[in-house]
Amino acid sequence: MPDPILSIKNLTVVFKTRSGDVPVIDDVSFSIAPREILGIVGESGCGKTMTSLAIMRLMPEQGKITSGSIRLSGEDLVVASEARMCGLRGNEISMVFQEPMTALNPVFSVGEQIAEVLKTHQGLSNSEAREHAIELLESVKIPLPSQRANDYPHQLSGGMRQRVMIAIALACKPKVLIADEPTTALDVTVQAHIFELLHELRDQTGTSIILITHDMASVAEMAERVMVMYAGRKVEEGPVEEILKNPLHPYTQGLIRCVPHLKETISPERKDLHEIPGIVPPISHFGRNECLFAPRCCFVEDRCLNQRPLDSKRAAKHLTACWQENTNFEKVFA
Amino acid sequence: MQFISLTLKRVGFGVVLLLIVLILNFFLMHLAPGDIADTIAIDAGGADEEMMDAIRKDYGLDLPIWEQLLKYLAKVAVLDLGYSFYYNISVTDLILERLPATLLLVISAQLLAITVGVVLGVIAARNPQGITSHFVTVLALVGYSAPVFWTGIMLIILFSSILPIFPIGGLMDVSIEREGFAKMLDILHHLVLPSITLASIFVALYSRLARASMLDVLGSDYVRTAKAKGLSEFLVVYKHALRNALLPVVTMAGMVFSGVISGAVLVETVFSWPGLGTLAVQAILARDTPTILGILFFSSFVVVVANLLTDMLYRIIDPRIRTSND
Repeated sequence: MPDPILSIKNLTVVFKTRSGDVPVIDDVSFSIAPREILGIVGESGCGKTMTSLAIMRLMPEQGKITSGSIRLSGEDLVVASEARMCGLRGNEISMVFQEPMTALNPVFSVGEQIAEVLKTHQGLSNSEAREHAIELLESVKIPLPSQRANDYPHQLSGGMRQRVMIAIALACKPKVLIADEPTTALDVTVQAHIFELLHELRDQTGTSIILITHDMASVAEMAERVMVMYAGRKVEEGPVEEILKNPLHPYTQGLIRCVPHLKETISPERKDLHEIPGIVPPISHFGRNECLFAPRCCFVEDRCLNQRPLDSKRAAKHLTACWQENTNFEKVFA
Repeated sequence: MQFISLTLKRVGFGVVLLLIVLILNFFLMHLAPGDIADTIAIDAGGADEEMMDAIRKDYGLDLPIWEQLLKYLAKVAVLDLGYSFYYNISVTDLILERLPATLLLVISAQLLAITVGVVLGVIAARNPQGITSHFVTVLALVGYSAPVFWTGIMLIILFSSILPIFPIGGLMDVSIEREGFAKMLDILHHLVLPSITLASIFVALYSRLARASMLDVLGSDYVRTAKAKGLSEFLVVYKHALRNALLPVVTMAGMVFSGVISGAVLVETVFSWPGLGTLAVQAILARDTPTILGILFFSSFVVVVANLLTDMLYRIIDPRIRTSND
């Protein structure tokens, strides 16, 4: 594997709450190679978005990175100055958000909003930036780009707006693009187009993409490697095919069971949709020295309740944080 | 093109509104007991029935009421608001002579209030738990609850009596003849205290509104997008957030404009500012009905124009309004 472009080591983000400090990201490590697409999967509140905001250093005020490092081509972003972060954001690392309907500023035309990032980071003049913005609109497949550039966000559909967001994010050809649920708010057909576009742009620009989603099907479609998060911790990581074929953590197994057609064979016994029983633990439980998935797990044993399982290597690139050696969901869920 | 047709439409509404105000005022005047004939008779020390009738005939008061209304409207249409027998001058001339002073006061007070209010509001919103935020809250409470005339008198005591740096009142120093720039400076010097007094109520209003609206906008997704683009904090706040946060402030500014004019009556009286406000007070005391009606008409005219301008400004700031309503 080539040197990673972005490498996160033992990252811990603590949130100040009324009941004390809570680690919403708890000792998470992962890395991403150039041109790679990494999926981060998990339910709402498992720390996916917080991880991406931590990388951008855009966390809400009550959040604080207490330990670990975030290295972008070797430079540690945890200790970078705010001015340096301004130079990196939108330039070396950029982000596409979940809600295209509200993520664009309603009072500026989309052309202006794309041009702005070019003027900030590349020092282009107004007319150069506008020209380049139109090219970018074309590259994200918006028809009649020179006319659309004068449009305001409310005049565009959700899919179009998300394309504009992608154009803004890729304007300066960043090393890493973080796409936080980029298609959750869109139609399924539009979703397919956006994924296709992201793939194409990755091939053209060589940008690494972190795709954050709650949907295993999206991961299967988009990503090359996947990291599963639960309650602020990484529970499993590996190549997509490997994880889909042989998920080791009971939570990953549950997530896969939630998607009806992910496995090609739909047998009469497997026609029903499944759910993972129970809910995500309350934030006050985060950081306890136990397996946080234990209350929802059917393999639970004493050890799980007394000690946090650490990452263990099960195959060449396959890590999981589970005490169980042989978990086989077919047996249990059938 | 669309902008022009829409503007014309708004102007049309404004004219209709003014017409309704005129008709209402006219009937209000007729509802009040007594007329010019009574006033003249009292001033003359008494008159008999025959003379009263003659006066009424002179002023056209013997005609049926709808005919009087039409005549009145026709005269107003050519800006003839009647004759003030108290000031011995036509009401239109009288008002046009006093209007600039009032507009100067009202507009400078509004600009002052909006600027100070928005700046305070933004500073408070950027640090909602900070000392400025609490200061803004207290200022808002004091500014809004203190009566204008009290604020005015307090300022006079402070800055004209104890610390005499500003004149007590008036539009300019009449003891020295000044021309051009010197005259302008003198008027500005006289303007400081009255405009601060009038602005005080509205600073409170605007700062609270700007604070709330800015807090709202700062938490929005597009502000996060702006940060993620790598823009500096300054650009994020003053370019991306402020323009959106200004919308409610502009709406409010248009809505309170009538309030500013009625507030001006008190301020003008306290500072003997020779504007429409002092004129109105004097006209009421003198039962100078044509002047009172004229002032009412002009105040409503100014309010209608202010609302029209607000509407236009709103369109310039917010593209969503520009393209809808077509």
